[in-house]
Amino acid sequence: MCPECGAPVALHAGVERHEVVSCPGCNTELEVMSVDPPSFYLAALEEVDWGE
Amino acid sequence: VSSNIRVGLLHSRMRVEEKLLRDALVAEGLEVELVDDRELTLTLGEPVRRWDVVLERSVSQTRGLAVLRVLESWGIPTVNPAPVVAACASKLETSALLEAAGVPTPTTIIAFSPEAAVNAAAELGFPVVVKPVAGSWGRLLARLNDRDAAEGLFEHKGTLGGPEHSVFYVQRHIDKPGRDIRAFVVGDEVICAIYRESDHWVTNTARGARTRNCPIDGTLREMTLRAAAAVGGGVLAVDLLEDGDALLVSEVNATMEFRNSIDVTGVDIPGHVARHVRDVARGARVAVAV
Repeated sequence: MCPECGAPVALHAGVERHEVVSCPGCNTELEVMSVDPPSFYLAALEEVDWGE
Repeated sequence: VSSNIRVGLLHSRMRVEEKLLRDALVAEGLEVELVDDRELTLTLGEPVRRWDVVLERSVSQTRGLAVLRVLESWGIPTVNPAPVVAACASKLETSALLEAAGVPTPTTIIAFSPEAAVNAAAELGFPVVVKPVAGSWGRLLARLNDRDAAEGLFEHKGTLGGPEHSVFYVQRHIDKPGRDIRAFVVGDEVICAIYRESDHWVTNTARGARTRNCPIDGTLREMTLRAAAAVGGGVLAVDLLEDGDALLVSEVNATMEFRNSIDVTGVDIPGHVARHVRDVARGARVAVAV
């Protein structure tokens, strides 16, 4: 369930912990905290030191 | 067959690249431990000895470099080494090393006040490009077409940007042909290259640029390897600009993204990286044995 809007979020095959997915209800980026059972937290917003 | 080489894969999020690298490392027979930099604690003076080598893939350059500094002090080999990542994390340091090595780069002026930066831009001749000294993914790049724009931008950076934005990195604008080149280096080899094409003057794939295979000729290979060597070598993505018939190196990236470059080049980039990681670990073992 999306922690932002409460919509159910289904995980597609192969998703793993720490991957980022989008909530189908509100498009918020969610980081997968646990795959089974699925749980999420709001993905951190991009910071100025992120990158290559 | 396990080689008993234990790899710590330092990551934040698990992006496409980290998953591909993990799978490639496993395919090479290496043991992989995923290490989330947000959960990691390192006690100074108590070295962690469960990794033979660490592959640094943090999305945060600050966290990645901090971890590498500690691992370096413990003698744990890393890909890339801390000094290489530090050199690439700062555009100023990268440019200084490229210049010192005689690698052609766009003319760059560093200034330390808004007024001096405006004068530097005028000296280069408009348009000029202004980049944050630390930054990635095309963030906060600016192309200044005239003095009015320069005065406005530099005043804003000086007033609002914090101390790190008061070192002004001003560069000659290169009228590139709607694309730049990214060449991938693993060890002493240029394994592939891509064109990054965009209608916008910023050609980062993070900003939507399209990718296409770029054939590697002798000049591109030589320039890329010289740039890689200038920052210390390793697993690197070298960005180059076509300036007429000349090639100029614009920057070098130490934690490269490559998801859009595998299909267009047909090159197994994560496989190359995995074998390099293995070789680094084996090289360290040989060094210890000697």
